[in-house]
Amino acid sequence: MTKKILFFIAVGFLAAGAALLLAQQSDILSVITGGTRIPAIAAPDFKGAGDAGRFMPAFNATLFSELEQSGRLQMVAKSLYPLEVPQQPSDFKAPEAPARRGEQPRRVGPWLTDWFNPPVNANYLAFGYTAVQDGRLVLFGWLYNVGQPDIASAQVVGKVYTGSLDDDGARKVARDFAADILTQFGAVSLAGSRIHFVSDRTGNKEIWSMDYDGSNQKQLTNFRSITTMPSVSPDGRLVACTTFARGQPEIVVLSAESGRRLTFYNQRASMNANASFTPDSKHVIFSSTAAGDGYANIYMADVNGGNLRRLTQVRAVEVEPKVNPKTGQDVVFVSGRSGPPQVYRMNIEGTDIGMLTTGEGDAVNPAWHPDGKFIAFAWTRGFEPGNFNIFVMNVATRQLVQLTSGQGRNENPVWAPDGVHLAYSSRRGGRTSIFTMLADGTQQKQLTSQGNNEKPVWAKAIQ
Amino acid sequence: MKQQRSQIGRTSMVAVALGLSLFAVGCKKKVPAPAAPPTPVTEPPKMTPRAPQIGSFTVEPSRVDRGQSATLRWSTSDATDVNISGIGAVNAQGNRSVSPNQTTTYTLTAKGPGGETSRAVTLTVGEPVVPRPAEPPKAPSMTWGQLWQTENAGDAYFDYDKSDIRPDARETLTKNADVIKRVFGLDAGASFTVEGHCDERGSAEYNLGLGDRRATAAKELLTQLGVAADKLRTISYGKERPTCTEANESCWQKNRRAHIEPVR
Repeated sequence: MTKKILFFIAVGFLAAGAALLLAQQSDILSVITGGTRIPAIAAPDFKGAGDAGRFMPAFNATLFSELEQSGRLQMVAKSLYPLEVPQQPSDFKAPEAPARRGEQPRRVGPWLTDWFNPPVNANYLAFGYTAVQDGRLVLFGWLYNVGQPDIASAQVVGKVYTGSLDDDGARKVARDFAADILTQFGAVSLAGSRIHFVSDRTGNKEIWSMDYDGSNQKQLTNFRSITTMPSVSPDGRLVACTTFARGQPEIVVLSAESGRRLTFYNQRASMNANASFTPDSKHVIFSSTAAGDGYANIYMADVNGGNLRRLTQVRAVEVEPKVNPKTGQDVVFVSGRSGPPQVYRMNIEGTDIGMLTTGEGDAVNPAWHPDGKFIAFAWTRGFEPGNFNIFVMNVATRQLVQLTSGQGRNENPVWAPDGVHLAYSSRRGGRTSIFTMLADGTQQKQLTSQGNNEKPVWAKAIQ
Repeated sequence: MKQQRSQIGRTSMVAVALGLSLFAVGCKKKVPAPAAPPTPVTEPPKMTPRAPQIGSFTVEPSRVDRGQSATLRWSTSDATDVNISGIGAVNAQGNRSVSPNQTTTYTLTAKGPGGETSRAVTLTVGEPVVPRPAEPPKAPSMTWGQLWQTENAGDAYFDYDKSDIRPDARETLTKNADVIKRVFGLDAGASFTVEGHCDERGSAEYNLGLGDRRATAAKELLTQLGVAADKLRTISYGKERPTCTEANESCWQKNRRAHIEPVR
């Protein structure tokens, strides 16, 4: 009888949880960004004068996707745009005042309301043009708030950008312009940010690095062993990884820019692994068997490996510790102390340990959101062992949103510095690749295609 | 100790008795064939020629190994023509060394005016009992690495997400502990790596810790079974070095293992 009641209570909770999940999935972005309404923007194709015209397809594609992928703006479909598209502020013609009272103003040319009113219903308009000056590509770009009554008050951004006279230059000025637009909406620019990851394309697992759009991929380590599990310091300058280059797995710290190896003293242990950084980039927290009692537990040390401190002491496997980047005071990690691996939270002293996940399935790979309120992680809940999907949890309320489903094995989610994107690895059709997506699970984009690629970490641009 | 000594006493007595009896048998064999009866002096000489007589025809020894030789001895009387098969005409009495390649029957034929008589002896030739080159003692010629390769009992297997030693794994590790101890008998400087591995389903990070557990659990059992702990180094490969790459339970089981590897 008691069992039956418990069962019904459990079913009730599951149903409530599912409803919450569905309700939240579409809202997660505004929850994360703190915004209530996502503004709509129109970004018509820009034209280029003379030689600049050749590079406009690259420019227009880049600008549109940068704005679309920001998660901060809603793109108005191009099919709804008016026929007359302005290229510079002087193209706008204010309507003539009505001759008689009660009549509508008379339209004499392109105007803000063309974009503000139905069917476009945009809040903002990005427009401009490019030209060639002294062998350089020059962009004149504006962002207007088309809900304003006149041109002077409509202008939000009005700036000149220059780049090389080729497709790369066109993409660069598009990204710079998009970054200025997105800053207006609280977005942190991803320009200059890089994704470090593991690739086996040379035949060995090594750490690689690429721009956040998948371009400019380059090899960072060359240990010709198994080198994996990278993390990046919050300032973007250091990469820590785990390598088998000398036999037992140990931690290596590298310069993110040069790949140069920095001093890190490894404890004498069968395993030192999964190092990640504290918010000040001065300490690392990692998993080690240094105590010699046969279990990998959580340790902390200076960024050179000195001043070792043991944080947990339990006869269970504990890995993947991550310090809250905002508070520096709490740690999420994965522990097998209750059975299958689950995500736990504790404070930086190693006390006040509690399970965040429900105990179902395997819950692994926790990663803090930059604001320190959310984590993303991989979970097999509701699936067979090994069938991981990406979830986001509000750590305070334990509310969950599932971001991926039905497409491959998805693991190692990490947040972009902008807080609205995630990178993760996904195995689809026998190959593992790095993907990015918006925090609501949309705009999934594959960044790698050579070999198997996994375990991305998203490094903010080095200042 | 006392018991052992009396055992030895009894054994030696039996050996002496046996030796004596053998000696006795040997003596009997050596009794010469009875000599021809002496001619009665009283009997008057007969005109008819006497039939040839074979006094003796022997081969000594009667059995040899191939390549060895034996001696034919014979004596005849009243014969004018004495012949041994395979040898030809010989004197009325004499000896001849022979070393046939196979068992041979020699027939001595004595012919004379009084008739013909013959007798045969057989020399048995056996395969030489080649003193087998003494079996190369295993120890000196086989390296400890080879000993390990040929005798080890394979990997010890685990359940999903577990590092407990199952009964089958205990059996495997017990056998391996014996081989390892024999290896140390050959080379005290030998050492081993105990590798812990996992199947592909868990996360790579957690599996690194789980593989470490499996290697450690295997090492602990080997140590309990008398293998010196400082000769065993554990290493976890997590799921980075699968031995099987298919996505099914039989393959996953092969990967959930503790593998022992000799250190060169």
